[in-house]
Parts: sequence; structure tokens; C-alpha cells
Amino acid sequence: MTPLLEVANLSIAFGGLRAVDDVSFEVRPGQIVSVIGPNGAGKTTLFNMISGLYRPTQGSVRLVGADVTSAEPHLLARRGLARTFQNLQVFPSMTLLENVMVGHHLQEAGATLPDLFGLPSSRRKTRATAESALSLLARVGLEKAAFREALTMSYGALKRLEIARALALRPKILLLDEPAAGCNAVETEEIDQLITEIASSGVAILLVEHDMKLVMKISSHIIALDHGRKIAEGNPGDVAANPDVIAAYLGQKGQEQVLHADG
Amino acid sequence: MSDLLQFLFSGLTVGAVYALLALGFTIIFNASDVVNFAQGEFVMLGGMGTVFGIAAGLPVPLAALAAIMGTAFLGVALNKLAIEPARGAPVVSVIIITIGAAIFIQGAASVLFDKQIHRYPGFSGERALHFGGATLLPQSLWVMSGAAMIFVALWVFFTRSLTGKAMLATSNNRLAAALVGINTRYIMTLSFGLSAAIGAFAGVLVTPITMTAYNVGIGLALSGFAAAMLGGLGNPVGALVGGLLLGILEALTAGYISSQYKDAVAFILIILLLFFMPQGLFGSKHAERV
Amino acid sequence: MRLKPKHISLLVLFVLIVMAPLFFPSGFYYRVGALIFINAIAVTGLVILIGYAGQISLGHAGFVGIGAYSCALAPVHLGISPVFAIALGAALSAGLAWIVGRPILKLHGYYLGVATLGLGILISMVLANEAQWTGGPDGIAVPDLGLRGLLRDWGFRVSAGELWYWLAGAVLIAGAWLALNLFDSPTGRALRALHGSDVAARTMGIDVPRHKLHAFVISAVYASVSGSLLALMNRLVTPDVAGFMHSVHLVTMTVLGGVGSVLGAIFGATILTALPQVLTVFHQYEHMVLGLVMILVMIFMPDGLLPSLLKRFRGRAGK
Repeated sequence: MTPLLEVANLSIAFGGLRAVDDVSFEVRPGQIVSVIGPNGAGKTTLFNMISGLYRPTQGSVRLVGADVTSAEPHLLARRGLARTFQNLQVFPSMTLLENVMVGHHLQEAGATLPDLFGLPSSRRKTRATAESALSLLARVGLEKAAFREALTMSYGALKRLEIARALALRPKILLLDEPAAGCNAVETEEIDQLITEIASSGVAILLVEHDMKLVMKISSHIIALDHGRKIAEGNPGDVAANPDVIAAYLGQKGQEQVLHADG
Repeated sequence: MSDLLQFLFSGLTVGAVYALLALGFTIIFNASDVVNFAQGEFVMLGGMGTVFGIAAGLPVPLAALAAIMGTAFLGVALNKLAIEPARGAPVVSVIIITIGAAIFIQGAASVLFDKQIHRYPGFSGERALHFGGATLLPQSLWVMSGAAMIFVALWVFFTRSLTGKAMLATSNNRLAAALVGINTRYIMTLSFGLSAAIGAFAGVLVTPITMTAYNVGIGLALSGFAAAMLGGLGNPVGALVGGLLLGILEALTAGYISSQYKDAVAFILIILLLFFMPQGLFGSKHAERV
Repeated sequence: MRLKPKHISLLVLFVLIVMAPLFFPSGFYYRVGALIFINAIAVTGLVILIGYAGQISLGHAGFVGIGAYSCALAPVHLGISPVFAIALGAALSAGLAWIVGRPILKLHGYYLGVATLGLGILISMVLANEAQWTGGPDGIAVPDLGLRGLLRDWGFRVSAGELWYWLAGAVLIAGAWLALNLFDSPTGRALRALHGSDVAARTMGIDVPRHKLHAFVISAVYASVSGSLLALMNRLVTPDVAGFMHSVHLVTMTVLGGVGSVLGAIFGATILTALPQVLTVFHQYEHMVLGLVMILVMIFMPDGLLPSLLKRFRGRAGK
């Protein structure tokens, strides 16, 4: 199968600091590829470059075979890329339902004038979108709160809201930035299932997550970053055993944790 | 040639006032991220206060001092009563608050003083000086040297005194400043008082030339803001350069193109600048964090 | 059938407009009412720009001026009827907004505020200075719309105040209807989304510059229509309609009532328009009162009057 996302020699520098340095990898349909590394390793910066928010100083990003390096985020969405954010980017004064409805933008948006005049075509789209959004909210367990404003919800709920909103784009490639942050054990379990389910439907998933147990359990492939450089990659077992990774990131305590999770 | 010199003289005079206004914007913006549209009212109050102090029988220096002190007090009150309570409000709200304050002060001035146009004689007489075929009012020299003095004094204040350094630190990073024990609320209050005093001082100096009335503030604020933007909002050197540049360009426009459209210069410049150099002539670029 | 919020808002507005004249002590109040509606039309446009899309404009009175002067100049110089002059003004405003909107709307916060402010001031400066066309600062007479004569021919006798009350009221209801349609539509959601989080909106596939531009153009048309009606009602227009103070008034009305809500903004327009008209005794203190209202509402009711009052009312009802 051809990869859906190909990242080649991607680099970015802020001032003199190379936040991401010569990173390459690919993600195929149904794969869950995790990016791990200590804080400041460049994981979120990598995500921001792939999703078009930062312009890389070097290297390229290909989506479904097409070069999209430095393309505008909304054009990437058109090509099938969706993402969530580490430090929440919800629409605070819109309801949860409306938040997920916004995720349907590319399917429903067309002309401004029919929307202004409330033409039947516009109203029909809104009804269809609302139905689809409601079922997505149900999928992440938030259907009961559909009509509450996002700003009234807990952190964990908003994390799941972002996943539902990203799914609304019907993405081919999904970037998840710490989806389990702030979730309790039960919620993490649910997110674990949800991610596996999404991947099995053929979506390529790129994941940043600090919960090593989760990462080791669901990843098909892991990339370890340190100071912006790729220091290791491979299947979970190999990466966890890699001495560089252990030195840079996991440390003695982490190693035990990983071995425990692995066992 | 003498025309050009004449335009330069008047441009530098007005430019010095714009530079002081822009400096006032800069000081407050650095301390609080607030663009204070009431800045022009401080200039008006400096002039009007002096006019009415003189009318009440005070000698000119005392009237001027009273006007400056009163305006500084008002600046502090503005911060305490209207800006601090709205901490963290969105930019639109803050814009409305400071414009509201400007309108309130203007209204209060029309009631407290009157709606007439006023001036008082220049400090060193009214006899024009002649240089290379151009004339210069002695009061213009007062304006320019007064502005220069303020800029030098502030430079010393910011680089030598502990309080000045604390203000600089606050403008660089408010959170970090608070963490090292700087009282950022006090810095904000101080910056409002200082800005108001500087505005009033400009008003005291320039009123013999431009005259004053209760409603001149908004126009001055817009020009001063334009000057501040031109130099890059938040940069004192930019305020000086932006103010002088704007004053000279306005004078040249009035002289060579059209006096009716001299006020347009500021806004055409601003719009062009925002399109092509959004951070101003001396600004720095910040990356957006996601 | 369950009533949607949109229909409730329109119903409330309709009932208020129809019932208000029952309480008018004199014919003068029809004029005050018409003035309120005319301001409310421009403010409804600003609800779309500021409330939905979160973009400030301190220069929308410029578009009010274009609408107003179109009705003064086009009938005389182009020989078209005032009705078409309204459309011409709207088209000019939309065109200008379209051209300047894209670069201007790249800016954020204060920078956007000052760029729009500059745009408005430049327009008002042209109107004040090109005296051979616009009559300069003293203003210019505006031709009669001719509607009253037409009604008289059909046997209806209405005063000018009454005519403008009902006409502006009808246009306001139409404007509110459009704005409410937009709120709960794909475009409206996109606008509110980019207001909430520009970054997230872009990653959702929203073309942010395009949507901002559409909101800017739509709000410019509302402002222009408001200016046209104002000019045709007053039969006189001065450059003040395009001035900075009028822009500030409009933004204050928008934010005062409740910036996200059409009904709230109309409420804000009512208060700010009616106060000086009704309290003429306080004419001397008009500016002080206006400034004070702006400050106090922003500090104590940051959501605007109507939403804050509703919240308080609901809070009490819930206890």
C-alpha cells in the first residue's frame, strides 16, 4: 500500500534553534504511527508543519502522493488531513454540536448568499450536518452534552470533542496531539479503542502521546525525537529497547515502566 | 528653498507633539497592552488647564504645573477606575473603554471649561525669528526642546533607575517581571500617570501655536497613534522617529499638495505601512504559538 | 411546531415595532423610532462582522457615508431614481469593501482597528473636502424618495415620520431576518468558528480570509443601506455621517446590547439613539453620559446589556 503521508527531511529553525531537524517517515493506511520524545523534542512543531501552520525551512510533506509542503491549512483539509491540538483549540462559545458541525465545513459550505437568504438548499445542509454531527458526538460519548457550550465542558470532554470534530472531516490522515492528556484510566481506555477503530477503517494515524502504556499498546510504528532529531524508529519493542531512546527520554525509571507495559 | 525650510520648521514643531503623543501611547502599551485612545485628551487638558489657571490669576509656570499634575492624577484614575477592572477583556472591549474615556473627558471639559477656542501668549514672546528666509516662532523652539528634554529624561529613567528598568522588564515579559518580584500593577499605574503628564506637558507647550478647545483630543490621539504605529507600536525610539516623520510629511503635504488633505497623510501612511510592513519601521516579529 | 430562536427573535422584533407607536405621546417619536431602526440596520451588519466573525471595524461610518451621498448625488448627476441610488450605494460600498477588505482583514486586534479607522476617516475627508460635488462640511440636500406622494395618490395620507418609521422598521426586520439566517448556516458557523479559534477554523478546511471578506462586504452593505435611508429621511446629509464618531457610535451600539446577538444589538441601538433624543434636558452632558455608559457596560457587563440581563433573569428564575 502506498503511504498516505510522507515526510522527507523536514526541518525548521526559529532564530538559531533547529526545532525540527531532518526528520523523515511515512504513514500508511490503517497504521498508527506514534511520535515520542521528551518535552521540547519538536513533536508539536512537527505537527504544525505537517498541518500547514508553520512553514518548514527545509524538506517536504506529501499527502496522498501530492507535494503539499507549506500549503495553507484549509487546502490540506481538502486533501484529507485532520488534526487535534495539544492545548485545545475548540470554538468556546459554540455548542458541542456546532463545534462538530464546523468539522463538516467542506461538505456543507458553498455559497454565502443562499445562506444569507436561508434558501432551502442551505437549510437542508444544516439539517444533514446536524444529524451527522450528533452521531459523531455519540461515538465519543458526548451526545448528552450536544447543546452545551464548549466553554462549560471539562478538559477531557473537549479532548474527545476535538477527535469528533476531526472525524467530521472524514480524514484520510488524522493527526492526534496528546488525545489522552487529562483523561482518567477509563477515558483513556475508551480513547484507545476509538483510535484503534479509526485506524482499522483505513485512516492513517499520526499520534503524539505521553501515556507510554497507550503508545506501546496501540502503535504499529514509533518514531523517537530528541532535540528535533530522529534518534530511533521501529516497532514498539525495538524503540523501547533502543539505548539512545532510553538515555534521551525514558531513563531508568521509564525503562522499567516500558518493560512492564510490554510484558 | 525657503519654502521647504518653512515647512520643515512647522513639521518639526507639530512632529514633536506627535512624538510626545506617540511616546505616551508606547509607555501605556508596553505596560499593559492597552492602546489608550484618551491620550489626546491629556494634551487637551494640559492646554485647557493652563488657560484656565492663567485666567484664575495663577502665573504661567504654576498654571502649567497644576495642569500637568491634575492630568497625571486623571491618568492614574483612568487606569484604576476603567482599565484595571477590565483586565483580560477582549481588545474590542478595551478599545471601547478608552474611546469611552476620551468622550467622557471631552464632555467633562466642555462642561467644566467651555466650548471656546483658547490660547495664551508664547513663553518667550510672539516675535518670529528669521532663518534663511523662513520664520520660526520662539514657542516652536520651546516645543522642540521640551520634547527633546522629555526623551532624554526618559532614556535616562529607563536605563539608569530601578523603576525604569522594572518598566522595561514588564514591557518585555509581564509574567516574568511579576515572577521576579516586580509589582506590575504599580508599573501600570505609573505608566498611565507618566503618559498623562507627558501628554499634558505637550499641550502646555503647543497651545500658544495651535490653540486648543475641548474637542481637539480625538484628532490628536489619532495622529499620535498613527505616529506610534509608524515607528512600531511599543518602541520609544520609533515613537520619536514616527512622530517627527509624520509631522514633516503633513507639513510638506499641506505646503506642496493640499492643506485640506494633510490629515489624510497619517492614515494613508498607516494603511500602506500595515499592508507592507505590519510591524512598523522598528517593530519586531513574533511567531504565533499553537 | 416548535419555534426556533430565529423565529422568536423576529417575532419579538415585529411585535415591538408594531406595538411601540401605541405608546407614542406625539408624532415626534415616529422620527426617533425611524432613526433607531436606521442605526439598528447598520448595527445588525456589524453584528455579522464583530459578533459572528470577531473582526472589529472602527470605520464603518465610511460606508454609511457612501450610501448617504449616493442618494444625494446619483439622482442629480446620473438622473436615476433614489431607489436605484440605494442599490448603487450598496454596490459601491460592497465593491470598496471587497477591494480593501482582503489586505485589511489580514490584520488583527488594534492593527485592524486602526486600519479600518483610517479607511473611514479617509472617506469622510473626501466627502468634506470635495465641496464642488458634496457641498463640503455644510452638507448637501437629498431628493425626495417620492413614496409619500405615491401613497397620497393611492389615498393614503401618512406623515413623513410615520412613513419612515414603517419603512425603516420593515427594512430592519428584513435585515435581522438575513442576519439570523446566516447565524445558523454553514457560512455563519464558519464565521463564528474563525472567531473562536482562527487556527482550528483553518484546519477544518475553512478559507478564513474569504469568509472574513464576505462578512466585511455584507456588513458594508448594511451600513450603506442605513446611510441611504438616513439621507432620504433627513433630506440632508453632512460628512458627519461618515465620521469617526459615527463609527464609534455604531460599534458601541453593537457591543453594548450584546455583540453576538441581533436582538441585543438592536437593543443597544435603541438605547444609544433614544437617550440623547429623549433626554434633551441633559444635552450638555450627552458626551459624558455616552462615555460613562461605554465604560461601565464594558466593565460590568462584558457580554453586553441584553445577554447579561437575560443571564441574571434566568439565574433568578432558576432559584
